[in-house]
Amino acid sequence: MGDPLFWHRLQFGFTVTYHYLFPQLTMGLAFIIVLLKALGLKTGEAQYSEAARFWIRIFGINFVVGVVTGIPMEFQFGTNWAEFSRISGGVIGQSLAMEGMFAFFLESSFLGLLVWGERKLSPRAHFGAAVALWIGSWLSGYFIIVTNAFMQHPVGYTMGPGGIFQLADFWAFLLNPWAIAQYVHNMLATVVTASFVVAAVGAFWALKGLHPAQARLNLKAGVLLGFVFSLLLAFPAGDISGKMVAKYQPVSLAAMEGRFESGPHAELVMVGQPNVAKGRIDNPIQLPSVLSFLAYGSFSANVKGLNEFPREQWPTSIELLYYAYHIMVGLGTLLILIMGIGVLLNWKGRLETSRAMLWVLMLAFPFPYIATSAGWAVAEFGRQPWLIYGLLRTAQGPSPMVHAGETVFTSLGFAGIFVVLSFLFVYLIGREIAHGPVSPAPKA
Amino acid sequence: MEMLWFWLTSVLVAIYVVMDGFDFGAGILHLFVAKTNEERREILGAVGPLWDGNEVWLLAGGGTMFLAFPRVLGAGFSGFYLPLFLVLWFILLRAISIEFRSHVNDGLWRHLWDTGFAVSSIVLPVLFGAALGNVLRGVPLDASGYFELPLWTSFRVGLWPGVLDWYTVLIGVFALVTLAAHGSLFLAWKTGGPVQERSVALSRKLWAAVVLVWLLATLASFLVTPVLFQNLPSAPLAWLAMAIFLGGLVVVFLGLNQKKHLLAFLGSGAFILGILAATAACVYPVMLRSTLNPNYNLTAVNSLAGRTGLNAATGWWFIAFVIVLGYYTYLFRVHRGKVKAAVEGEGY
Repeated sequence: MGDPLFWHRLQFGFTVTYHYLFPQLTMGLAFIIVLLKALGLKTGEAQYSEAARFWIRIFGINFVVGVVTGIPMEFQFGTNWAEFSRISGGVIGQSLAMEGMFAFFLESSFLGLLVWGERKLSPRAHFGAAVALWIGSWLSGYFIIVTNAFMQHPVGYTMGPGGIFQLADFWAFLLNPWAIAQYVHNMLATVVTASFVVAAVGAFWALKGLHPAQARLNLKAGVLLGFVFSLLLAFPAGDISGKMVAKYQPVSLAAMEGRFESGPHAELVMVGQPNVAKGRIDNPIQLPSVLSFLAYGSFSANVKGLNEFPREQWPTSIELLYYAYHIMVGLGTLLILIMGIGVLLNWKGRLETSRAMLWVLMLAFPFPYIATSAGWAVAEFGRQPWLIYGLLRTAQGPSPMVHAGETVFTSLGFAGIFVVLSFLFVYLIGREIAHGPVSPAPKA
Repeated sequence: MEMLWFWLTSVLVAIYVVMDGFDFGAGILHLFVAKTNEERREILGAVGPLWDGNEVWLLAGGGTMFLAFPRVLGAGFSGFYLPLFLVLWFILLRAISIEFRSHVNDGLWRHLWDTGFAVSSIVLPVLFGAALGNVLRGVPLDASGYFELPLWTSFRVGLWPGVLDWYTVLIGVFALVTLAAHGSLFLAWKTGGPVQERSVALSRKLWAAVVLVWLLATLASFLVTPVLFQNLPSAPLAWLAMAIFLGGLVVVFLGLNQKKHLLAFLGSGAFILGILAATAACVYPVMLRSTLNPNYNLTAVNSLAGRTGLNAATGWWFIAFVIVLGYYTYLFRVHRGKVKAAVEGEGY
């Protein structure tokens, strides 16, 4: 525990997981707000603008927490991972700087106009501010994922003097196939998170018998979007990501699936506990040949097991990787199921009156957050023991002069601050939901 | 190439100080120049729509340094480990103080965030100023290209100084006074009524203090790091920058006397830009100076990233910069004129 590397990893992992609870909602919500405002402009019906107004307030609070928890991420590249920054800054500095210049300015300039500007702006200009936030936040996501994709599957670089990575091909780096696959996967997931939150608020109002028109609109929008996007998330997006891992990180795939021995007709483990010391899954429930099909498109394909790879290439925590992956896939399936039933009930016209379903929808909103966090845990544990896959080991990345005493201090500081921030956040969001839809702003 | 990227990084950081500087200034002063809830909302109405965008200049500057001088970023950020986390935590406090205050209409709640806004706005300029002081004084960079610096040692400027010593704290105080003065002119320009009157009255005193502390800081820099001034005769940019900041200072006093507050505010911006540009011109090409051995200095030359990456970045960087200027033009147009406190339940 006195090892600084452990604390650097824990600090980044903890702060980034907490941070990403907020952007995953704002990115998805930005898309839904644009839809609502577009419908409002097109149909002239007040219910859409009213729904947009409520969600913009939720968006605003989330966005601020996303900003203040996100800035530490940018800093930590230099403070905690100085060697990594020195070695790879010539490459990933590009995408991080582009995020600032192309995305952050766009988002921050129009945030105030979106949240408080409805009186000041014409309906079209206010719609424009919503579009600006949508584009800005989705661009920001792309640049971060390009950065992460370079760590997962490095392309477009050369090795310069002194073992420093230099950019060789800007477009190859920016259009990394791994980045495109991961981006589609991730952005669909943000809409799923937002859909579940929208549906949950609608369900809460419906159960309380409050604001019936808005409850109906939110339920309907949440369920329809949630169903379509959670389906797309599994197929094709999840499928493509899986095949990407099979191709470029086969040892991670083996660990995710808990597969120790190689062979054809690989079975898909549904439930079971990986016993790494014995090299097997305990108490397995599995589907024969399905993993071969999912990874390579053929039931008889050979899927390599961990034993095929030298130990020093194994991910550092096979157990966590295995569970994170199974939680993501399991919850992903559950999300489709819930929203599928929701769509069915909506089609029969019974969505608002089925109290059991309303309870499920109200309580289900944490699932997409958990699934998304687990998904990122899969990506990042799967990348281990590498910082840049196949090129730079994680142990080579931290700041050489920063000792554990400093990192533990700042980690504890963040833990305390995030507890306070969480209380404030829940309090403010709770007030908004209790207050309900926001009546139109009179023109100044 | 190294000169271009040194200056692009410096320009972004300097713009950050000017832009977020008036937010800090407003935060430093708001407890004194705004007494009622209505008056405080007037100030927050002026700062609220801008602070987030202003803060992005810092991230853009950091990002540009990351892509062009990754060695400097790694050494600097890890060397200033603890002070940078303090910066992060106070940035967080400031942001939520500005953004959360208006959500609940309650006296205690609003007092809490008013204090948060003031405290964070006072601490951050001191920390940023001290950081600049460290860059000027130099840090114990060794052969590994890294350094370790405690927060403080004996507060003396020696071979093994701390982040905070009398010199860096003096630069921190200079930053605090300058940004308070800068903010007072921003408030004089954007507000009306009693808030404006108090800001103008304070502004005169603050600018007198700026001149005094500036003289002290320059003298101290001359004593602590005479090497800084060696470049001066051969750096025409430094002379130009000096003309800009001295001109800015004259404009500040002219504007104050003639009650042209926007003019005075612009003069104040020129003062800050000029003084930072003059500093950059004096230290160039050194980005982090070693107190142990000049061979260990991290410079724009020995820390520059690969050429292909910088060529690509030259393309997109200027496009992005022009677009950003467009956003700012639009933003200042929408928010032109004097600010009034927003209706309860809306706005900052």
